[in-house]
Amino acid sequence: MTEEKTINVSESGFVPKHELLSYEQAQELLKKLNISLKQLPKIKKTDAAIKELNAKRGSIIKITRNSQTAGVYYYYRVVV
Amino acid sequence: MAKVNSIKFGILSPQMIKKMAAVKIEKAELYDPDGYPINGGLCDLRLGVVDPGLRCRVCGATAGNCLGHFGYLELTKPVIHPIFGKQIFQLLKVTCRKCGRMLATEDEIKDMKNPWKEIYKKPKKKCPHCDAEQKKITFQKPTTYREDKEELTAEQVRERLERIANEDLKLLGIKGGRPEWLVLTLLPIPPVTVRPSITLETGERSEDDLTHKLVDIIRINERLKKNIELGAPDFIINDIWELLQYHVSTLMNNEISTLPPARHRSGRALKTLAQRLTKKEGRFRGNLSGKRVNFSARTVISPDPAISIDEIGIPLIIAKNLTIPVRVNKNNLKQLKQRVLNGSETYPGANYVIRPDNVKKKITEENKEQIAEEIAIGYTVERHLQDGDIVIFNRQPSLHRMSMMAHRVRVMNYKTFRLNLCTTIPYNADFDGDEMNVHVPQTEEAQIEARMLMSVQNHIRSPRYGLPVIACKHDHITGSYMLTKKETRISKKDAAALLLRIGMEDHAGKEYTGKELFSLLLPKGLNIEFRAASCMGCKKCLKSACPYDSYVVIKNGVLKHGVIDENALGEKKGKLLNRIERQFGADTVKEFLNKASLLALEFITKQGFTVSVTDVKIKSSVEKRIEKMLEEAEKDVGKLVSDYKRGRLKKLPGMGARESLEALLQKKAGDVTNRVGKVLKESLSETSAVIMAKTGARGSFVNLSQTCALVGQEFVGGERIFRGFTGRTLSHFKPGDLGLKSHGFVFHGYKRGLDPYEFFFDAMNSRENLMDKSLQTRHSGYMERRLINALQDLRVEEDMTVRDSRGTIVQFTAGEDGIDPAKSDGGAINFDLLES
Repeated sequence: MTEEKTINVSESGFVPKHELLSYEQAQELLKKLNISLKQLPKIKKTDAAIKELNAKRGSIIKITRNSQTAGVYYYYRVVV
Repeated sequence: MAKVNSIKFGILSPQMIKKMAAVKIEKAELYDPDGYPINGGLCDLRLGVVDPGLRCRVCGATAGNCLGHFGYLELTKPVIHPIFGKQIFQLLKVTCRKCGRMLATEDEIKDMKNPWKEIYKKPKKKCPHCDAEQKKITFQKPTTYREDKEELTAEQVRERLERIANEDLKLLGIKGGRPEWLVLTLLPIPPVTVRPSITLETGERSEDDLTHKLVDIIRINERLKKNIELGAPDFIINDIWELLQYHVSTLMNNEISTLPPARHRSGRALKTLAQRLTKKEGRFRGNLSGKRVNFSARTVISPDPAISIDEIGIPLIIAKNLTIPVRVNKNNLKQLKQRVLNGSETYPGANYVIRPDNVKKKITEENKEQIAEEIAIGYTVERHLQDGDIVIFNRQPSLHRMSMMAHRVRVMNYKTFRLNLCTTIPYNADFDGDEMNVHVPQTEEAQIEARMLMSVQNHIRSPRYGLPVIACKHDHITGSYMLTKKETRISKKDAAALLLRIGMEDHAGKEYTGKELFSLLLPKGLNIEFRAASCMGCKKCLKSACPYDSYVVIKNGVLKHGVIDENALGEKKGKLLNRIERQFGADTVKEFLNKASLLALEFITKQGFTVSVTDVKIKSSVEKRIEKMLEEAEKDVGKLVSDYKRGRLKKLPGMGARESLEALLQKKAGDVTNRVGKVLKESLSETSAVIMAKTGARGSFVNLSQTCALVGQEFVGGERIFRGFTGRTLSHFKPGDLGLKSHGFVFHGYKRGLDPYEFFFDAMNSRENLMDKSLQTRHSGYMERRLINALQDLRVEEDMTVRDSRGTIVQFTAGEDGIDPAKSDGGAINFDLLES
């Protein structure tokens, strides 16, 4: 068996910042957008970018991206 | 009409085929010698009615109301359904050849995620249920199965499928049908309404492709029956059976890759069931996603600079054919009565009248007086199109929303649609024979909606780049430049004439400068400063003191300095247009654009503007300078090449010696061309061609220097030219020559003429460009289609999120920044303007 190589992609500099929202923050977001969890874009639990976060299914990931036109742009994905 | 509650897709059972059939079809003949449909033939009267006036024998409805009834044909021997060939093969492979059970024990199946797939991938050699030895089954598209090289007949296949137990089907995920139904024993015959015959003018009957195909099937079916009854040898029967299989296969789909398509007598491939649905003209794309419409017209377009950008010239003939329904009320009764009295021939008239009980009457020369007498409040009159009506104008390909805009009608003589030249940009139209379409919104709601959302003036700024797309072009720009040039003076008489032409009055009654005259069009309160397109890009900008008069200053609606050219009025630039729209609104720019473009055209028409070869004549001193520069470049290149050959060339980072040489030579070639261009730009006097290039009206300095100095390096596939003979491009050169001349550098301009080999290189390059262009357009057209299909029902909600039709969020802020480019300044927000 070969030893599994793990690379922390968040250190590459090309992957935007991924962070886990707390339960309260998540509820607030859903209320603000007036949506259910199902209506959020998805991210796989096994996605390399959130491996370190140990996120559970159904929690929300906040992604902070750099935008050419808007400076910073926040994106939210639900873990599936 | 019955309401459709649900649609279920599945496979017909033989019992169902029999149950839904009204006739058993037995005869291949269609009509008897008297031309009467044969009972039990493919045109049996019980299959439905197509001729008007007759009633259906089965349901009693008239033609049009009776949808037709199916028949059925008993196939002498079963036939594989060609569309399910693969599914049948999979079923055969996962089940035992003897007992029909699945090739896995129940315990094994319990552990499987997808039993079908897993058993199929690793078929067992032995049946776990009955211990029968399994043989290897192979499948040859579309309908042949072999077991250890021995062909399985459709009958055998059917027997095996029959043996599969219902419980096993559940495990395989097969619902609502038995697998043996995939082998046809009865063939449903579609009703005649599905395959109507056409009566030609000569009285001859021409049958539909499907009928032809069905006739073939019945013939073969009968022949097979007869041969079996006669006890013919097996090989003959098998041959006919195979033929029957072929005919049934092509009935379902005539484009199965391994089968030759069934052909009509004329040699044309038959259009059978699958062909009716697929492709662009098929039922889905041709009849359901896209439809033909009424109240539309199409004709050739031609220009009219004198009409407003939001107007359209409609030919009288078309205006008399397109109508708008108007409800009669007490205010318009008299007027509409007159319309009816005019009839459908005299303009402005009316073509139809609709009574309050919804009966439509055509207005003819004979009954127009009577109808005019009859109409009262509550009637609807379909009157001719008239000036001021709203219509939607369109040119294909409709690539963006500006390809369909609402215009105001102006009825005109002659037979072409007339449009203002500024609107040719969003439509991408020219007048070399282009045709365009007009659609007339019929209801008041539709008319108002078109007027508010689709009007031309509301689309002046493009949602793509946030700057004008409806703007000045070519002569408009040249004209504006000539008018606003420093030295332009317009006599009192000429000024009056020009102003009259654009619908303004000359209040001052004096000799104008060009700038003064242009200022009359600008709204009061306009303050803007920007660089014109003719700006030379000096190191230190002197602003309003610009020696070339290229710095535009407008103060309170008066043009103080600078010339008006592409940067002020052109597409994707249009700083002036952009600002007027922002500050004064859509209707003000519309007026400004109408007047400015017409004024420029009138002025340039009066003054005259000619291009000739002498425009690009260069002084012999300059010519010598250029020659010297080229000689120098050739010398430099010679040195580089000899360095390379002696291995002394300094390699560039990340490149080999050969690559470095190429890069250096390409750079050298580009540099000389640029330097020559610069010299030329400085030395050319202000001639017509030069004016067009520097104002951005048409052409560029590259075009000019290619004409009068040199064309420069020609590229094929992004490289200098290397193809041709071994070691050289053409037999004019020595093998191994790496110099400029032998690899596509053209030392001459188009005016002097190219040497034969130069011409050849130029042609190579032109050819590649031409091919690229035509391939590119096809490619991007398809990409566009895919993109539209993917994005069509996304929309921006009130909270600025982008969601699809299910409410799923795609973007949390539209376009990341929430800016609508169509309401921005070149994609950004100009905060200076927001304050005021």
